[in-house]
Parts: sequence; C-alpha cells; structure tokens
Amino acid sequence: METFLFFVAAGLALAGALGVVLNRNPVHSALSLVLTLLTIAVLFLLQGAELVAAVQVIVYASAIVVLFLFVIMLLGVDKEESLGEPFHFQRPAAVALGVIALAEIVFLAGHEWATGAHATRGGLNAGTGGNVERVARSLFTDFVWAFEITAVLLVLAVVGAVVLARRSHLSPDDIENGEPGDSEAEVVHP
Amino acid sequence: MNPGRLLAADPLFSNGIDLTVVLIVIGKTIAVFVLLLVLVLFYIWFLRKVIADMQNRVGPDNAGPFGVLQALADGIKLFFKEQTIPDSADRRMFLLAPYLSLLPAFLAFSIIPIGGVVTVAGHRTLVQLADPQIGILFLLMMSGIGIYGVMLAGWSSGSKYPLLGSVRASAQLLSYEAALGLAVAAVLIQAGTLSTRGIVARQLWVGSWSTFGDWPVWNWFLWPTVIAFFIFLIAAVAETNHPPFDLVEAEQELVGGFHTEYSGIRFAIFFLAEFMNLITMCAIAVTLFLGGPAGPALGFVSANGWINAWIMPIFWFLTKLVILLFGTVWVRASLPRLRYDQLMDLGWKYLIEAAFLFAMVSGVYVIARQENWPGWVYVAAPVGAVAVYAILYLCIPRRDELSEEIR
Repeated sequence: METFLFFVAAGLALAGALGVVLNRNPVHSALSLVLTLLTIAVLFLLQGAELVAAVQVIVYASAIVVLFLFVIMLLGVDKEESLGEPFHFQRPAAVALGVIALAEIVFLAGHEWATGAHATRGGLNAGTGGNVERVARSLFTDFVWAFEITAVLLVLAVVGAVVLARRSHLSPDDIENGEPGDSEAEVVHP
Repeated sequence: MNPGRLLAADPLFSNGIDLTVVLIVIGKTIAVFVLLLVLVLFYIWFLRKVIADMQNRVGPDNAGPFGVLQALADGIKLFFKEQTIPDSADRRMFLLAPYLSLLPAFLAFSIIPIGGVVTVAGHRTLVQLADPQIGILFLLMMSGIGIYGVMLAGWSSGSKYPLLGSVRASAQLLSYEAALGLAVAAVLIQAGTLSTRGIVARQLWVGSWSTFGDWPVWNWFLWPTVIAFFIFLIAAVAETNHPPFDLVEAEQELVGGFHTEYSGIRFAIFFLAEFMNLITMCAIAVTLFLGGPAGPALGFVSANGWINAWIMPIFWFLTKLVILLFGTVWVRASLPRLRYDQLMDLGWKYLIEAAFLFAMVSGVYVIARQENWPGWVYVAAPVGAVAVYAILYLCIPRRDELSEEIR
C-alpha cells in the first residue's frame, strides 16, 4: 500500500515538474507546480511528517503559488510564450548545467561530508505527543536562535517591500510631472 | 503508513482494518456529504425566509410547505439549464475550476466533530469523518487550496470583469487568512492540541452537575477567548466572501464577479461551494469556541442508550450551528457592503494586530497558570496589550491623511 502510494505520488510529482517546464502558458505551468507541491506533501505524509505536509500545502501550494499567479495575471504575461531564444548557446548550456546539478545532488545524497552525519533526534512520533509537539519543542528550545533570526529576516523583507512600494520620498512635483504608477493612491499588498 | 495515523484517534482503526471498517468509512463519507448538502439547502431557505421576515416580505412559499423545497427547485432548474463556454475561455481550466472550489469546501468539513462516539456493526467509531493529528491546520490547508477555484474561474473566463473579481477574491482571502489563523492560534494555545476532537474534549465540564448531565457552558473556550471568537467570525465571513464582505460579486461594479461567465450546473457548484464554506466556518467556530457536540444528556433515559449516544450530541451541534448561521443571516440583512479600501484597512490595520496581541496575551495566561507566576501578570498582560493596540491605532495613518500625503 505504502509503496503503491509512493509511486503514484512520485509519478505525479514528476509529471507536474515536467509540466512546469513544458507548458507554454505560464498559468498552466504555475498549476503544474501546485500539482508537484501537493504530491510532495503526500510524500511527506507517507514519511509520517504530518506537520511538514501541512506547512507545505499552506505556505507553498497555496500562498506562494497564488502570489505567482497574481504576478502572472497582473503583468498580463498569461499568453503563450514564443520559443525564440536570445542566446543561441542557451540550450547546450542548460543541458550541461542540469547534468552538473544532477551529479551534485547524487553525490551529496550519497556522501555525508557536506551535510554531516544523518542526525536522528528520535522518531517523529516517538514519545509523548505527536510530531507537531516534537517540532515545536525543537524550534523553541535548540533552534530558537535560528528561528528568531529567520523571523527578523522576513520582517526586513516586508519592510523593504513596503519602502520600495510606497516611494513617499518623492515630492508632490515629481508625481505631477508624471511617473506612472506612483500616482496610485494605494498599493495593495496581497 | 497506517491510515489510523492519518485519521488518528478514531477507535475504529484500533483492531486493524477489515471490510466492515472500510464500509463504515465509506458510509460516513456519504453521510457527511449528504448532511452538508442538506445543510446548504436548508441554509438557503433559512436565509431567504429570515431576510424576508426582516424586510416584511413573505419570502419563498410555493415549493413545499413554507417553501422549504425552493432551494432544491432552483438546483434542479440550474441542472437542466444550458451551459455555455465563452469562445475566449481557456477550456480545460474553465471546466476544472468549479470542482477545484467544491472539493476543498467539502474536505474541510470532514474534520468537524459532529457527534460523540457510537457503535456501528460492532465497531466503536467517532461521528466525524477524520480526526487527523494536524486537525485545525487541515482547515487552513483547504481554504488555501480553495483560492485556486475562484482564481482560475476568473482567469479562464477570458474576460475582464471575472478577472477583476477573482483578483479581488484572492487578495481578500490571503488578507483575512492571517487574522483567521491568529484567532485560531489563541484557542490552540489554550487547548494545547491541534486535533478538533481534542479541542472539544478540553471544553468538557469536569465537575458534576449530574442532574443536567454534563453542563459544559462555563468551560467553553468562548469565555477565555471571547475577542478571538469575534475576530474569527469576522474573518470567517470575509474568507467565505459573504456579505458585508462580498466585494467579489459586487454586481454594481463587476457584473457578477468571478462566475459571470458560468451558467447552469457549474454556476450552481460555485454557489454550493460558497455556502459550504460558510457552514464549515461556522461549524469550526462551534468546535473551537462553543464546545462542539458537547451538551447536557437527557437525564431520564439510560446514559448509553441510543438517544444519548446518537441523537443528543448531533442535536446540540446542529443547534449551536444554526444559532451562528442565524448570526450570519442577520449581518447579511443589516450591513451594507464595505468599500474595497475599507475591507483592506479592517483586515490589515485592525484585525491582524488585535488577533496577534490577543494570541500573545492568551499565551501569557497559559504560561502564568503553569508556572504559578504572581497575580499582577494577569492584569499587566492585557493592559499592556491594550496600550500597544492604542498606540498602533493612533499611529496608523487615516486614509484621508494618506491620500493627502501623496497628493
């Protein structure tokens, strides 16, 4: 049963990944990406990592891809792409880089010198409480520093985005002299 | 992986899985789906009747007694109507979109505890389709996926107004998801568990008012988290695009919103999904704040008889649900639709801060109780939170000042 589910989910994930690259329409590509992310969530479930699966769906499959779709729709690039290439050596270069990346992943997956030995902090569902409690305990004890720093990083990104979007340093004259886009009274941050 | 882990605490899976167990699960799935459909039909009738009453009209009264079958009649009519697909539509996405919004709406309902523990064909089981460990996060997952239905419907129609409607819808969903999640977090901090069944269990009365059976009202999370309750209700109505937050289908501005180009049964599916979402949100509110299916058992029949095991918990659940649903109808009848900037202001400038501060105060209370902190903490935490909120409130630029600044 588990093997069967694994092959179904892995197959769909690969199909989605191919769809991202092969679809000509960016919206269809974004949806293929959702398929990949959802099936990877299924793989997490098979590993017994319910919390990670939930986070995967909430953060990646919904929030982030929805933002992609926003950008695609608002910029009006939701037409079919032409396959013209600005650089003629693009394809061979892409193939070469892809092969290098694949080799790198295979190498890193098989050896421990880069990632360190596989650490086990006990089974995900061992002990009292499920894996939500265990993840929470690790996050707020051993890894609290990394956790807080990540939060600060995200806040900085938000502040930066707001500063860039608001552009309040422009004097009224600048706006009247026409900088299209700045005259919008409000930028809605989704 | 064993499915018992996914469906967690259900005693149904404790003795391994055989054919009966599979049949029981299928039966429960069908029963929950039918219940949700019947609730939607009931709600549409209830909505029209109550609003008619508030406006001194009669409301639907031709189909069936008191017009109860009106919604069913409408559904059958839509089923037999011609379905059109615009020429400029992206056909595949256009056909897929309604189901993308229906499926999450139904799945989200599966985590609601509807009743107690019953025995079916020798197996003890929960009256609840699934009780996963991640519990309430599953709701957030499904409401996240539900955005795609709306968004693709608008985009694939290949015309302007649906696109505008769907962009509005998804911006609104993303904005209010934060306030909703923080309001839920306040309850989760109190409950210490994510599982919906677990949250209900924490709200049971531990003392004994044995004459009335269990009398759990004072143990509901409604009391310690009353602010989160109201934030949750506001955010839930906004999430599901119901009045006064139904900018998604503002007829005056957008013709009909994201489903302008849909007709027939596909249109009906969008409508169904929208009402299902509202009912699910109210059911979640019942679970989180009002003790779910817990309620006094009947004292004069045997405690484990079928009335107390089957009927009473479902009765209490539905009663609480209908009270909340009445609230949504009342709001719908009384409040005009918000303007778009007011909607965003309410979500981003007031609700999120309030929900965040409340969740923090809630956390301080829980820790203070565990660690026996001195009594002044219980006063200082809310006072501090109110002070921070007041400062924020004074610092947030009003809209007229904002546009002044830019002009």
